Amino acid sequence: MNFKLKVWRQSDAAAAGEWRTYGVSEIDSGASFLEMLDILNDRLVVEGERPIAFDYDCREGICGSCALTIDGTPHGPRQVTSCQVFMREFTDGSEIIVEPFRASPFKVLCDLVVDRTPFDRIVEAGGYISVDAGPKPEPNATPISPETQQAAMDAAACIGCGACVAACPNGSAMLFTGAKATHLNVLPQGQPERYDRSRAMVEQMDAEGFGGCTNTGECEAVCPQEISISVIGELYRDYRKSMVHVLRSRRGRMKAQ
Amino acid sequence: MTDFDNRIPAGPIEEKWRTWLDDHRLVGPRQRGDHRVLVVGTGLAGSSAAATLAGMGYKVDCFCFQDSARRAHSIAAQGGINATKDYANEGDSVRRLFHDTIEGGDFRAREANVWRLAELSTRIIDQAVAQGVPFNREYGGHLATRSFGGVLVERTFYCRGQTGQQLLLGAYSALQKQVLDGRAQVHTRHEMLDLVLVDGHARGIITRDLVSGEIERWSADAVVLATGGYSNVYYLSTNALGCSVTAIWRARKRGAAMANPCFTQIHPTSIPQTHENQSKLTLMSESLRNDGRIWVPKAEDEERSADEIGEDERSYFLEERYPRYGNLVPRDVASRAAKLVCDEGRGVGPTGRGVYLDFQDAIAERGRAEIDSRYGNLFELYERITGENPWEVPMRIYPAPHYAMGGLWVDYELQTTIPGLFAIGEANFSDHGANRLGASAMMQCLADGYFIVPHSVTNYLSKHAANVETAEPSFERAEGEVNERLGRLVSVGGKTSQSQFHKQLGNLMIDNCGILRNADGLREAIGGLRSMREEFWRDLTIEPGEKGMNQSLEHAGRVADFLEMAELMCNDALDRDESCGSHFREEHQTDGGEAQRDDENWASVSIWEFEGPDSEPKKTAEQLSFEAVELEQRDYA
Amino acid sequence: MADPHPPGLNEEGELEGSSGRHGGILRQFWDSTIGKKIVVAVSGSILGLYLIVHMLGNLKGFQGPGGGEPEIDVYGEWLREVGSPALPEQGALWVVRAILLLALVLHVVAIVQLSRRNLAAKPKGHRPPRIQRSLASRTMLLSGLVLLAFVVFHVLQFTTATIQTTPIVEGEVYANLYAAFQEWYFVVFYVVSMGLLALHLRHGAWSLTQTMGWDKPNRNPTLRRTATALAVVVSLGFAAVPLGFWLGIVPEPTSEAAATAASGEPR
Repeated sequence: MNFKLKVWRQSDAAAAGEWRTYGVSEIDSGASFLEMLDILNDRLVVEGERPIAFDYDCREGICGSCALTIDGTPHGPRQVTSCQVFMREFTDGSEIIVEPFRASPFKVLCDLVVDRTPFDRIVEAGGYISVDAGPKPEPNATPISPETQQAAMDAAACIGCGACVAACPNGSAMLFTGAKATHLNVLPQGQPERYDRSRAMVEQMDAEGFGGCTNTGECEAVCPQEISISVIGELYRDYRKSMVHVLRSRRGRMKAQ
Repeated sequence: MTDFDNRIPAGPIEEKWRTWLDDHRLVGPRQRGDHRVLVVGTGLAGSSAAATLAGMGYKVDCFCFQDSARRAHSIAAQGGINATKDYANEGDSVRRLFHDTIEGGDFRAREANVWRLAELSTRIIDQAVAQGVPFNREYGGHLATRSFGGVLVERTFYCRGQTGQQLLLGAYSALQKQVLDGRAQVHTRHEMLDLVLVDGHARGIITRDLVSGEIERWSADAVVLATGGYSNVYYLSTNALGCSVTAIWRARKRGAAMANPCFTQIHPTSIPQTHENQSKLTLMSESLRNDGRIWVPKAEDEERSADEIGEDERSYFLEERYPRYGNLVPRDVASRAAKLVCDEGRGVGPTGRGVYLDFQDAIAERGRAEIDSRYGNLFELYERITGENPWEVPMRIYPAPHYAMGGLWVDYELQTTIPGLFAIGEANFSDHGANRLGASAMMQCLADGYFIVPHSVTNYLSKHAANVETAEPSFERAEGEVNERLGRLVSVGGKTSQSQFHKQLGNLMIDNCGILRNADGLREAIGGLRSMREEFWRDLTIEPGEKGMNQSLEHAGRVADFLEMAELMCNDALDRDESCGSHFREEHQTDGGEAQRDDENWASVSIWEFEGPDSEPKKTAEQLSFEAVELEQRDYA
Repeated sequence: MADPHPPGLNEEGELEGSSGRHGGILRQFWDSTIGKKIVVAVSGSILGLYLIVHMLGNLKGFQGPGGGEPEIDVYGEWLREVGSPALPEQGALWVVRAILLLALVLHVVAIVQLSRRNLAAKPKGHRPPRIQRSLASRTMLLSGLVLLAFVVFHVLQFTTATIQTTPIVEGEVYANLYAAFQEWYFVVFYVVSMGLLALHLRHGAWSLTQTMGWDKPNRNPTLRRTATALAVVVSLGFAAVPLGFWLGIVPEPTSEAAATAASGEPR
């Protein structure tokens, strides 16, 4: 198969960036999108041109590294990670537009590579249950219903790829933050830190410059893990309650009168 | 003289770890903040070790080449993690898990290490649950388990098909909390390119910032390598594309010995290669072998499609050869059998490297709904990747390089032959012998990271801590060497890209040092590797410029190391004149065509030291003694 | 290992990490995207509730000019007097107006600030993809701005009687409406605005349930249908009045004052 690729090229974070067009030919229809880029890069290197930088690692859809916007849609049209897009899904001879995930907090570092460390800092703010590695209680002492486990797992399945942010017209990270918070907030182990977690993660999310949610649902339409926007509702609620929680926990001191 | 004392404490096997813990030296809480530890790699082993060390109060710098600590390839582990909880009341015990692991490794692992691993397995589950890892639950709310890989008990805990992801996120978030608390720092997009020794102790590393291209020096009191395995030496493997041997190879060149490098596991149920430019093989869960029947046509070079081939024209070769275990024989046995039938020209698919995994009988017997509930997601995965519908045509599978049992030699404390350098997880050689059992890799990584290495690092620091500055001449020297090497890579000025070399290397290795090995092939491979290396340094072309992002330079550096590592693997495979587990020397097979161990001469770990770039590596053998188990011939027929 | 920042209470007996004083936490709430969004939701729902009441009141127009005073005029009078003598004349009305004004200001200010943030979160020059979002969710800002303009115009026309394109007489609600909605351009303007209101309410009402965290997958279909129904009923209810006058479904006013108003001579 043959394709014309219109690719975003940007030599480093400070550079302006521009569109460049490349032809690729004789691509096996079974090749993945990233393998097609590999082939192009191999040719560019031999021709002495700078190859196209893009993030990848596991190439089986779970590490969350790859982050291409293909023909305007983060990860392409089929709601899978970029590495799970295959060339047989495109029309032979067509033009394909490839650009990085676009969102201001995700700075473009080079070509199609963006900086997603804001996500790490959101997790850092509260996406954990504070435990050390000492002896722990017997897990079956706290039974957890399969429904609760499934709800936690649905949210925990997030791979942190950032497609939700790129798809959102507001560059909002609510699906990511909501997923991480919900995973921990629905489990009994997560209760003690529940409200501090929600508040801290939202604060960090805002500090990173992500936009707000306007409930368009674009995030869930591209999420390769099919995470539901219900996690956003959960986060809204936990954040709201966290405010009440702070007000209520102001102890004060009793005095007789 | 290198110290190969394995430091296994005396006493009965059940008490060794307790004894070690009771006797090891501690560092006071107020002193811990004065010590810095570098952890390279953020998979299950690295993240858990870094989080735990930082939680104890040490200052930790953690490095990964990915853009986030959460992306390490542990994340792709699907099936589950073993632990001897015995919730199912089947009489499971530490001894049974120990025995299964030793036997599965074909008696080439250290007893004391494996016992400790089995002992710690239950604590991993406790730890993960406390962190909020959502393991599957039974209706009563208790933890669910399933059976895995031919063992007779249900001891595998799982989170759907994403157990590795969830365990890694648990360790990763624990690490991120330490970052918040200021005790740990994670340096993402940093690749370790050298190890720095001061007075014979590991005291730092040199890294390249993969975004800016800056070469940086990091000094510390100890270094922990958790950099995973080297199956990408075969180019096509189930590993992530970034997985490399670079960190442990550079450590080896600084004096850390490598153990059993030829022990690499080839997993039987991967989706076969379909085209020439493929970059990766995707694993299908081993559980498919529970209901799928594996077959090939009886005739060679069969042209017809699967449904046109009659029942009597099919060869169900695993069921025929191993009537007792059938399609459920261990990984190494299944992989070997599949390769043999394909070598006979009976393989299927466009490349002829594949066998059918057929569910028609299972669907007829159990009904489509039942099969869908068991394997629906795997069927989808298969269809997504191949574009073929496994409900209609049988799946095709083929073995794929998957896991490296070999790695840096470590003692009982997981310390390498360099004092102050520790290796954990897949990067070390320790617990899996010549073949790893399913659902035990994550167990080892987390046991190492949460429960073992934090203590052994403490023990080391209590005696050998040193305030080292990066201005030391050895840092200067190491940085100079790293720069010189990068300079050489970008300036070869040839015509062949690094990926072409990697592919050539992979082909050579899979043919000669893969599922089947023989002396002639290995000798030939060693010769081939030498000329390939020369060719590499003469004809390589990559993107020029060491500054800024340069992915071809990163890859080329890794390929250069693989080219050297491959020769050591072949040397080891040639040297180990027996068959055991995944190491199958065609010269050594039983009458039934199974691996023939030679316990008299080869019940040992082969340890290879680096003797300089132009010298042959030096081998030392660590004898393995078996007291708690009896050596047996594996028999699955 | 001693934690340098043990979680617990500070000297004042307040949770650490929370900014202690009341103002602190409110400030934090307002500064966060979620807090602001909740303000939008709450103020929006106040405005929405008002719309329902307003729409129901408007429907009194369909009771026609009546024998003496039209019902809708009586209702208007009642609104002015409700609460008296405990409250001063128009007291209750002004309280409601104050609440509405505050809600509107909060709604608009929060939206403006959020929109600026949202705009900044997307790099310039790259249009965000459109994958599945609905017309209503895409046009919230546009429909909101048009509605804001509509509200200003509407108040100037019927409340303050500043716009006298058609004569507006205080207290003569029925006659005023009649006069205004004999002009096709007013009818078009009002009906089109109500169409936008339907869009705005549809996404707004459902978003309210999401923003308050009330929506769940099992409730979602009901909530979405309810939001759509609400939007349709409210906007149809509103649109019915100008259409009713325009199409002659409701008759001319009869009273003398109304006749004066309707005749087009200013009082």
